[in-house]
Amino acid sequence: MATPNTISRKSDLSAGEYKWGFVTEVEEDFAPKGLSEDIVRLISAKKDEPEWLLEWRLRSYNHWVKMAKTQGEPTWAKIRYPTIDYNDIYYYAAPKSSQGKAPESLDDVDPEMLATFEKLGIPLQEREKLAGVAIDAVFDSVSVATTYTKQLGELGIIFCSFSEAVKNHPDLVQKYLGSVVPYSDNFFATLNSAVFSDGSFAYIPPGVRCPMELMTYFRMNAEGTGQFERTLIIADKGAYVSYLEGCTAPFRKTSQLHAAVVELVALEDAEIKYSTIQNWFPGTKEGEGGVYNFVTKRGICRGANSKISWTQVETGSAITWKYPSVILQGDNSVGEFYSVALTNNYQQADTGTKMIHIGKNTKSTIVAKGISAGHGQNTYRGQVKIMPSAENATNHTQCDSLLVGDKCGAHTVPYIEVRNPTARLEHEASTSKVSDDQLFYLRSRGLSEEEAHHMIITGWTRDVIKELPFEFAMEASQLLKVSLEGAVG
Amino acid sequence: MTLATARGEKYLADFKALKEARPAPDWLEELRQRGWDHFNSVGFPTERRGNELFKYTNLTPLDRGTFEFQIGQRVAVSPETLRERAPWSDDWTTLVFIDGWYSEGLSRPAADAGVTALNFADAEDRQPLREHLARYATVDESAFMALNTAFLADGAYVRIPDDVQSKTPIHLLFVTTPGGSRATYPRTLVVAGTNSRSSVIESYISLGDEACFTAPVAEYVLEPGAGIDHLRVLVENEQTFHIGTTRVYQSNDSTFSSISFATGPRIGRNDLHTLLDAPGAECTLHGLYLTTNRQQIDNHVSTTHAKPHGTSHQFYKGVLSGNSRAVFSGRVLVEKDAQKSVADQRDLNLILSHGAEIDTKPSLEIYADDVKCSHGATAGHGDPAALFYMRSRGIDEATAQAMLVRGFAAEIADEIGVEALREYVQRVIEDTIPLLLAEAD
Repeated sequence: MATPNTISRKSDLSAGEYKWGFVTEVEEDFAPKGLSEDIVRLISAKKDEPEWLLEWRLRSYNHWVKMAKTQGEPTWAKIRYPTIDYNDIYYYAAPKSSQGKAPESLDDVDPEMLATFEKLGIPLQEREKLAGVAIDAVFDSVSVATTYTKQLGELGIIFCSFSEAVKNHPDLVQKYLGSVVPYSDNFFATLNSAVFSDGSFAYIPPGVRCPMELMTYFRMNAEGTGQFERTLIIADKGAYVSYLEGCTAPFRKTSQLHAAVVELVALEDAEIKYSTIQNWFPGTKEGEGGVYNFVTKRGICRGANSKISWTQVETGSAITWKYPSVILQGDNSVGEFYSVALTNNYQQADTGTKMIHIGKNTKSTIVAKGISAGHGQNTYRGQVKIMPSAENATNHTQCDSLLVGDKCGAHTVPYIEVRNPTARLEHEASTSKVSDDQLFYLRSRGLSEEEAHHMIITGWTRDVIKELPFEFAMEASQLLKVSLEGAVG
Repeated sequence: MTLATARGEKYLADFKALKEARPAPDWLEELRQRGWDHFNSVGFPTERRGNELFKYTNLTPLDRGTFEFQIGQRVAVSPETLRERAPWSDDWTTLVFIDGWYSEGLSRPAADAGVTALNFADAEDRQPLREHLARYATVDESAFMALNTAFLADGAYVRIPDDVQSKTPIHLLFVTTPGGSRATYPRTLVVAGTNSRSSVIESYISLGDEACFTAPVAEYVLEPGAGIDHLRVLVENEQTFHIGTTRVYQSNDSTFSSISFATGPRIGRNDLHTLLDAPGAECTLHGLYLTTNRQQIDNHVSTTHAKPHGTSHQFYKGVLSGNSRAVFSGRVLVEKDAQKSVADQRDLNLILSHGAEIDTKPSLEIYADDVKCSHGATAGHGDPAALFYMRSRGIDEATAQAMLVRGFAAEIADEIGVEALREYVQRVIEDTIPLLLAEAD
């Protein structure tokens, strides 16, 4: 389907290095560094936003200032990083060529940018051969191109950048923005609500099954910028959508802040499948630089029989702080979370999920696999909460950790809170290293130590990888291999 | 840990009164003062926000300082009352503490040759007491350890000499009497010599119905090859706040096997930590809790694997009914050097009513790669198939339910090796089952 050339391009690159670390030389338009009410107003003005959205941003900003004063950043996660100076960040950076309005067609897009995405393996040309994936490409603070909008439009599907959605579908945005992650939710979500730049918006009308994968590709380019994208996906009654998200950033020795918010809304009988391959720049081997990834992702199964499924492969970022969650409000609704998180060198990941059961007969499944190598620290942190109203709720959780080398750490912190006697919960977890027996077997069959490790890890992560759309699964598997290079032997 | 603001003038007054009435040798006086200073600087952890250690436990009532600390035993308790209400056997070595104070009359001296079981006051000059006291339960670790240390007066000191296989269980019985809201700070130090074997029972019983505050601290030191069977029984009344701390230090090849049984109190916290500080140490930490009405049992069980080849097992089970709540917070920390560690952790819960709540958090923190660690937790109703089977065999529902609960609890209760104690615990379980089922839905 979409990207066989992507796979080959990635896999034949030289070993052990971050291959997406190049910088694109485009002229960018920056807002002044630092955060203030004026910056919030400036961002809103640049995007020509309606008054209600500016007010919402300002309300968020004021709340954030209060939070920063009273409680600061959340400190409960098992991550260590130098203090972030929020006044030393560009909150808005946009390629000059994309100034003003969104490009009418690909011909209007800066060729430099097309080349960037081409180089990343994300073709923006609507070639026949690559049909099947509609892409929204986000470069620093703006969406530069969205493909297949016309074909999708014929089915009533809206897939566009967040800024366009604000202009063209303000009712939908106003109705759902902040309905799953309120502006006051947490420190980073509040910051995002004040300064969010761009992101994707998707709306699938009742009864429509989205015929192709929707994909957003996020690229951080400019130095010293933060990326604050906002994604909102709504699946109306009986609709289905599969959404993919990919991300990379250039190789830089200074850290970059990424604080995104993703909100998913599934109405009655609707299903949303959300897959992420997070490959932000992880920092150098010595632990310099890298992206600080503080992301709030949450979906709500609002209607009966709805379903939300999160699948994530986390190989990038110096710091990952991310808990894609599902609120199971509708009766019989289903929440799923499949995750592989890998930390190598000096990466730290504190990631997991929250499943909040409210409706009757709600069901959730959690499969989390953590791999620690080098000096990496990997924490699974999850919550399963069964509210008194959630009759016959069930949850099954499995979270396993694998340790490669003796300088890394693997941690499991599940919170299970049950307030209904009819609930059934099972939680299992294990932590171990790669089995000596398995390694010995493969080595005796002539595999190198590295190949043997890779084969074992591929098998071990299969339960998660198989949840990804096919071409994404291939890429994820390759990515795990590349990310682990140098960790064995 | 986050800290409260209120300090409770009452506690200060009590501290001063103790200092005056019961002066101690310099080293102990200094220790008490350190305890007080730390408690005074941190206060009770009543803060709700960011208070991970007491996330599910509201301690505000303690801050009000309405509990009475008394100096010296004032209320007489008859041996018959103890026999009837507390775990008891005439064959045991027993130290009895009434409202925190040692009762010589009710206690029974050590029966085994060489085994020391004494009140602190009678043991003050013994070197091991000075050496070990407050070394494992340090004053600056928590407000409750600090508070207990500030009120160090009477307490149980047990020493098992090297190579002694003690056949007689040693029972440390802490009783509160009716007629007042007592504040007591029971203290225990057990030092098990090289290759020794012993059984130590700690029990906490209330004879009255008044709200009491019991804040015990127990320290166990296991020298190389030592083995202790530890049994902890908490059966206090429904108004009582029990915040117990146990710290266990294990040398190489030592074995600490603990069974903790708890039912009754308004809040009952069992904060148990074992430190496997030398190769080959092993601990088995089992527990059973039954909660009804508005009770809350909070088990905070943690093990640190500091050296290689350590083994730890945590296995707790609970039955909840009424509007009660139980918390299991298990933690296994495997440090960098602790290769070849094996750890497992399980918490299984039976929830019988809509008002009950279980919060379980079995966590692993691992910094060594050659380890095998696992954990699991479950929560749910009784198995409907089992119930159906029994009903189809003509057993009425109430009896069938009782059998299910009894069977669930027996897995832990039947492990108690000391017969008279096992019978006591089984009796308490039998008495509690009707209460559990009456509040089930």
